Amino acid sequence: MAGSDAWGARLTDEPIDPAQVLARVGSPAHGAVLLFLGTVRNHADGRGVRGLRYEAYGSMAQDVLEALTKEAAQALDRGRVYAVHRVGNLEVGEVSVAVAVSSPHRAQAFEVGRNFMDELKVRLPVWKHERYADGDADWVDGSRIQPPTERPTERPDEPPDEPPIERPVERPVEPPTEP
Amino acid sequence: METVRALFFARYRDLVGTSEVEVQIPELPEGESFTVRDLVHQVRERGEPFSRLPPDATVAVNRHVAGARQPVRAGDEVAFLPPVAGG
Repeated sequence: MAGSDAWGARLTDEPIDPAQVLARVGSPAHGAVLLFLGTVRNHADGRGVRGLRYEAYGSMAQDVLEALTKEAAQALDRGRVYAVHRVGNLEVGEVSVAVAVSSPHRAQAFEVGRNFMDELKVRLPVWKHERYADGDADWVDGSRIQPPTERPTERPDEPPDEPPIERPVERPVEPPTEP
Repeated sequence: METVRALFFARYRDLVGTSEVEVQIPELPEGESFTVRDLVHQVRERGEPFSRLPPDATVAVNRHVAGARQPVRAGDEVAFLPPVAGG
């Protein structure tokens, strides 16, 4: 397992066994174990999907997936996080990503599991090529990975590329006037 | 001349028809850096089909997403990353 006892991750081109992911977390001190599975859906934007192919920037994706599990584990109070992401060809219903979180109490596990997936969606260098029921196939346009200036936790030595966005002045909402 | 490896993934690889090219870094006066922005410009200047890459494409330098002003040095691995869709 890449990582520490509290976190770790890997990419795989073989089917993901959720039981093996679950086995990476848990502890006698933990009262909550959470497992999230992302699966291949049979439709996207109203089109039938027959299957897909995940392509990864392998070395960077491994680093990012590990960093995501490390951040998630550190957000927990003595918890554990392990994640696996699939690459290659997948059929409808197959598991594309699995993340297991364990912690002393359930509220943290739910929160950290959700945040982990939200971050993965916008930071992991993995791309999805969908095969549609009508015989067409195309890359899915997902999320732009934001450069570090917009994620100040990374590479803070870099100068900002853009001036900071000025927040609009918030005005108090007027109460409705009586008729 | 010194070079960097430029990698293309997914939609961008299909767009340019190759997964990797070598890019030469010009010699610059002392104190000036060749940046991510310069590199993207240089790759697009190769002409079709490279000019079809977006000028504001997300780029990673040595597996870390980089800002446009980050310096690029000889031997770096620079990757053009289309919008991601993992999970």
